[in-house]
Amino acid sequence: MDLINKIFREETTSKERAIERLRLVLVHDRANVAPGLMETLKEELIEVISKYMDIDEESMEVSLNSNERSASLVANIPVKRIRR
Amino acid sequence: MSGRVIVVTSGKGGVGKTTTTANIGTGLALRGRKVVLIDADIGLRNLDVVMGLENRIVYDLVNVVEKTCKTKQALIKDKRFDSLFLLPAAQTREKTAVKPEQMRELCAELRQEFDYILIDCPAGIEQGFKNAIAGADEAVIVTTPDVSAVRDADRIIGLLQAHEIPAPRLIINRVRPQMIKKGDMMDIDDVNDILAIELLGVVPDDEAVIVSTNRGEPSVMESGSKAGSAFRNIVARIEGEEAPFMSLDYDLGIFEKIRRLIKK
Repeated sequence: MDLINKIFREETTSKERAIERLRLVLVHDRANVAPGLMETLKEELIEVISKYMDIDEESMEVSLNSNERSASLVANIPVKRIRR
Repeated sequence: MSGRVIVVTSGKGGVGKTTTTANIGTGLALRGRKVVLIDADIGLRNLDVVMGLENRIVYDLVNVVEKTCKTKQALIKDKRFDSLFLLPAAQTREKTAVKPEQMRELCAELRQEFDYILIDCPAGIEQGFKNAIAGADEAVIVTTPDVSAVRDADRIIGLLQAHEIPAPRLIINRVRPQMIKKGDMMDIDDVNDILAIELLGVVPDDEAVIVSTNRGEPSVMESGSKAGSAFRNIVARIEGEEAPFMSLDYDLGIFEKIRRLIKK
């Protein structure tokens, strides 16, 4: 039983935690270091989406969020009208 | 003649920038290169004691850029090698006593006469950092395998790119094979994956480095020291030669091997 436990042990090593935490923190660090990265992204998003729909650029929000395990890009883009 | 100007930097303090600068410089001199080490850590001078040259200082970096002495007068010749020199930092001045433009001028002057100009950068990303990188063509980033040092190294890579030093190379210092074996320290591949820059060297955590720093004699000269041989390999790579990376010399053990296989 001991042998199987040793192989399948569930708990992560401290190194795995270190890598996981570093990856996440660097997502934010890098986004901040590159000045205007989020702004450029927003502008290009507007450009692409505008081909298909009218959006409310004023109240559009794009942000980088993260929790314990993952980082995600969250965009809230109010649509006024779909183009035909 | 036009020498190479290399800045040794890290972001985080205490990861071994000064020791690395001393060892690379001494290692290059060991190969007969003409080398000058510049301590750019104004106010926290330390390269002099690591090199064992603290008793010979008359003039310093600030005197040179303010032109109160000639550059030659401020250069301290090493005890062991005729082709190795140190330009010490000022101890009683502020980092703002030197400007990036003055560093560029100084490097341009020194590269006429030396094969290598190595700059020991202060910790941090403020004025001292900006001065230290101003005249550099290349950068070496020193990190240790822990979250804070790697995070700071990542930031430094970004800042160097912004200052047009695009391809810094990495030294991972104070690696402890036993801790890697237990899964309690990031290994070389882990750090490489995250930072994604060229690896220049791996230096094991070695008590001999503390002993040689106590004596003021860089460990690169000791043939028996593990860290010393890692530094000799780094020097060879700087000179464009192929050199082996440190073999971490550990066995994962059967359980960890099976575990990793399953995890993949």
